[in-house]
Amino acid sequence: MSTELRTPRLSGSARRLLVHGGFTAIAILYVAVLVVAPLIGIAWAALRGGLSTWTATLSQPDVVHAYVLTGIITAITVVVSSVLGVVVALVVARDRFPGRSLMSAFVDLPLAVSPVIVGVMAVLLFGRGGWFEPWFSARGIQILFALPSMVLVTMFICIPFVIREVVPVLQELGVSEEEAASTLGASSWQTFLRVTLKNIRWGLLYGIALTTARAIGEIGAVLIVSGSITGKTETATLYILRAFDQNHDASGYVVALTLALVSIALLVGIEVFKRREERKLRT
Amino acid sequence: MSTPIRVEGLSKRFGEFEAVKGVTFTAEAGSITALLGPSGSGKSTVLRVIAGLDAPTSGRIWMGDEEQTFKTVQERRVGFVFQHYSLFRHMNVAQNIAFGLSVRKVPKHDQRKRVDELLELVQLSGFRDRYPDQLSGGQRQRVALARALAPRPEVLLLDEPFGALDARVRQDLRRWLDDLHRELGVTSLLVTHDQDEALELANRVVVMHEGSIEQVGSPNEIYNDPATAFVAGFVGSASVLHGHVVEGHVQFGEHRVGGAGHLEEGTEARAFVRPHDVRVFAGDRTGGSLEATVERITTLGWLSRVMLRLPDGQVLTAELPNDELEGVELGARVWVDLRRARAFQARDAVTAAIVADG
Repeated sequence: MSTELRTPRLSGSARRLLVHGGFTAIAILYVAVLVVAPLIGIAWAALRGGLSTWTATLSQPDVVHAYVLTGIITAITVVVSSVLGVVVALVVARDRFPGRSLMSAFVDLPLAVSPVIVGVMAVLLFGRGGWFEPWFSARGIQILFALPSMVLVTMFICIPFVIREVVPVLQELGVSEEEAASTLGASSWQTFLRVTLKNIRWGLLYGIALTTARAIGEIGAVLIVSGSITGKTETATLYILRAFDQNHDASGYVVALTLALVSIALLVGIEVFKRREERKLRT
Repeated sequence: MSTPIRVEGLSKRFGEFEAVKGVTFTAEAGSITALLGPSGSGKSTVLRVIAGLDAPTSGRIWMGDEEQTFKTVQERRVGFVFQHYSLFRHMNVAQNIAFGLSVRKVPKHDQRKRVDELLELVQLSGFRDRYPDQLSGGQRQRVALARALAPRPEVLLLDEPFGALDARVRQDLRRWLDDLHRELGVTSLLVTHDQDEALELANRVVVMHEGSIEQVGSPNEIYNDPATAFVAGFVGSASVLHGHVVEGHVQFGEHRVGGAGHLEEGTEARAFVRPHDVRVFAGDRTGGSLEATVERITTLGWLSRVMLRLPDGQVLTAELPNDELEGVELGARVWVDLRRARAFQARDAVTAAIVADG
């Protein structure tokens, strides 16, 4: 071993620059390969067939029905999970009660459980011999292989998004503005609408965008509970699955691209609105 | 517009912790009353309970003849100014000030008039369209004050209103608040840990310590005639001399200071001496009764603080105008005279001495 001091070949700042550049390159490459490349692939596949493929696909009654069904499920899911999501977020962020941290852990459960398992759980509860099945079938209400179960599993899967976006915002805000509002005579409801909701709106909108994107794209759980009945319980994603099964690849790509574009438009749109408003506030 | 606040036997527990222990006092109509105490003394809790932000464990609250104890915060008609402003960050200055009016469904036209009035009062007329994060700390607190005053509250509650500001702004705002109060005459309760603030602004000072009231009095009484060792140590600075009560004096070593006439002969006692009550004579014994050595001299501008070591090892702090410093230098032997001292029983003085040192 030599005891002689080696002069570093690169100065500290040059090395930092190199490391920094390296990380940037890795990040860009990672995102490009995993996100951008598939998007371009899908766009290319969907546009390759030209306009005729698009008109042919979008004029099919099955496809139209699939879009409508996805729209209905998404709308119900978004409304319910925004309202209840904000309620749960308020409780998790503000209230102190035994079991609170357990509850906030449970909120994340849908992220950890495969959608297929969610579908199986729904079948267990509502399928033949399931716990809730006798009650509903006695009243002639069809849950499984129908809209209710599809909405239910989608809602379950989408529980975390609004809550996870809103809780940290609420925690950072604290209660001081709300207390100020109450000393100024605002009722709890006025305080919520005019102060709390205003302050959490970007977190909430972001959560809604994620919920929408996730609801539109959901397939695993819906596949199990819906039965995929063409023209009845077939959502847009289930249609894509069938299109590839039946060698209508071109139609599958078209529907896939439209769904992807809706999700991207949502996320980008919110970002743009947020920036615009922030700029307005700072000038 | 002026209503007295009366608090009776107010207590507040947070689990095992007793933050406020049976506090009773009155804030006179139209005056400024200061709740003064170190952090953790329960003063902010008292204010929050009066506002209705926290519920008392026991005790009653009145504003004028009306009992408030069971009213909601919205019904109490208090103006509350928070230490960290708590302005609505997504509303501009005018919207912030109008908030209390708009939730009460005051007609838009009247809202506008009142907002203009208040903007002028707090000297922020050119700032109505600014957002809170475009304002300085002092401006924010003025907006917060205007917002609190807009619905014409019966009383104004201020929770360390200048605590988050730097010294200069604090001075300016203090004077400004004083003027404003003279103009409006709204009963105000000011929570502060800053004795200068309390002594300068308040008509009456309520000194709190560990959830209880130590003394209620005018700023003068609090400063010159502290009722307890804690008050003597907390309000204003003081040196603490340890000794025994002998013939109405506190005796330490061969020396004694007065002010212990009310204490039992022979008991242990502590004498509190204000730095400006210490006279220092340099050179030969021309005056003074105590011998001391100069240990340290620090300048405070036109004054100098002189740390003196007494023969029995105790430390005495004096503050002298710079032109009286002649002959008072490091290591010099000087003679000291104590103009006045306040003595307290030793067991009462323990906590006070800790505060005085800190």
